[in-house]
Amino acid sequence: MTESQRDPVPTSVGRDLRKRLLIVIPAWNEEKSVAAVVRDVRLTLPEASIVVVDDGSTDTTRKEARSAGATVLSLPMNLGVGGAMRTGFRYAVRYGYDIVVQIDADGQHDPRQVDRLLATLENGADVAIGARFAGEGTYQVRGPRRWAMRVLARWLSHIVESPLTDVTSGFRAVGGPAVELFARHYPAQYLGDTVEMLVIAKRAGCRIRQVPVAMNERMAGTSSQSPVRATIHLIRAVLAVALASGRRWQGETVSGVLEREGSQ
Amino acid sequence: MTELRVVLITTAVVTIALLLRLLRRNYLRERYAALWLVLAPLVIVLAAFPHLFNQLAHKLGIAYPPNLLFFLACIVLLLVSVRLSVELSALEDRTRALAEELAILRASIDERERETTS
Repeated sequence: MTESQRDPVPTSVGRDLRKRLLIVIPAWNEEKSVAAVVRDVRLTLPEASIVVVDDGSTDTTRKEARSAGATVLSLPMNLGVGGAMRTGFRYAVRYGYDIVVQIDADGQHDPRQVDRLLATLENGADVAIGARFAGEGTYQVRGPRRWAMRVLARWLSHIVESPLTDVTSGFRAVGGPAVELFARHYPAQYLGDTVEMLVIAKRAGCRIRQVPVAMNERMAGTSSQSPVRATIHLIRAVLAVALASGRRWQGETVSGVLEREGSQ
Repeated sequence: MTELRVVLITTAVVTIALLLRLLRRNYLRERYAALWLVLAPLVIVLAAFPHLFNQLAHKLGIAYPPNLLFFLACIVLLLVSVRLSVELSALEDRTRALAEELAILRASIDERERETTS
C-alpha cells in the first residue's frame, strides 16, 4: 500500500523551513548503528542540526557519531534516556532552536517520517508522537508486552485527552514553549522519558497529538519480551504516571509555569 | 533497670564522642550531626532518670516501658532514613544537572578547539 492512499497528515505541506530544527539522538553503546542513523538524518533533513547525546557509552559511540558529522554531547556517566533528552533540550534552548525531534540511535525511526511530526506541530500540537500500531508499517510486537503497552496507552489517552496507541515510542517532536519546559523538567526516572513526559506536558497545558508512522525493526539490540519483564515494566509505568499526576505543579500553561519559576 | 541504664548512658556518650571526632576531622557536616547531638543527651537524661520514662510509658498505655523505647527508636530511625533519601534525591538532581551542563560545555570547547586548529 502506498503512503498517499491512507495518509491523513499532510507531509511537507505547511512546514515552516525558517524554524530552526534540532535532531536529538540519545545513544548508549550504539556504535553499530549510530553513524548510519546520523548519515541518514543528514541526507534526509540537510537543514537540521544533529546532536548525539552520548549517554556515558563505554564503546566508540562518541567517535562514530562525530565522524558521521554530528555534534556530540558526552555525558560523564549514564543518566538514562531522560537525562540524555534533557541535555538535548538544554542545548536547544541555549542555541535557540524552535523544534526538537528525538530519534533513537538504534535505527528503528525513519528520518523521512520526521516531516509528519513537524506537520503535526504546524497544526497546533506542542508534542507530536510518532506511533507504531496506528495503521502504518509492519512493526509488530506480540504477547504480554503488547498487552502492557495497550493498557498504558488507554490510560494516557484519557489523561492527555487525545487518542494514543503507542506511548512508549521514542520518536517525538516538541515545539514552541514546550522546548523550554522540557529543558527544565524532562523527567529523569525510569520510563519518565516516555510516559511521565506526556503527563508533565499535559499538566503544563501542552497539546499532545499522535501521528502514525512506519518503523524499521531495530538494527541492533533487542527489547525484552518475557511476561515477567512486561509486567514489571507495566507496574513501573503505572507508578510513574500516578506519581507524575499527583505531583504538585504550578501553573496551567507553559508560559505560566516558566514565568512563575523565574529565569534560571 | 540499672544495667539498662549503664548500657544506655555508655552508648550515648560513645555516640557523642564519635560524632565530635568525625566533625573535628571534617568527615561530617554539622547539619547531619545536629540531630544526633541533640538526641544523645536526651538518651542520657532518660537513662539517668528512668522513672520519667516509665511514667510516660504508663501514660501512653504501654505496659512494658522498654517497648516505648524501641518504638521511639524505630520512629527516629525511620525519619532519619526518610530525610537521607530526600537529601540523596536532591544530590542526584544536582549531579545530573552538572553532568548535563558539563556535556554541553565540553561540546562547545571541542568546537572552539577544532576551529582554532583548522
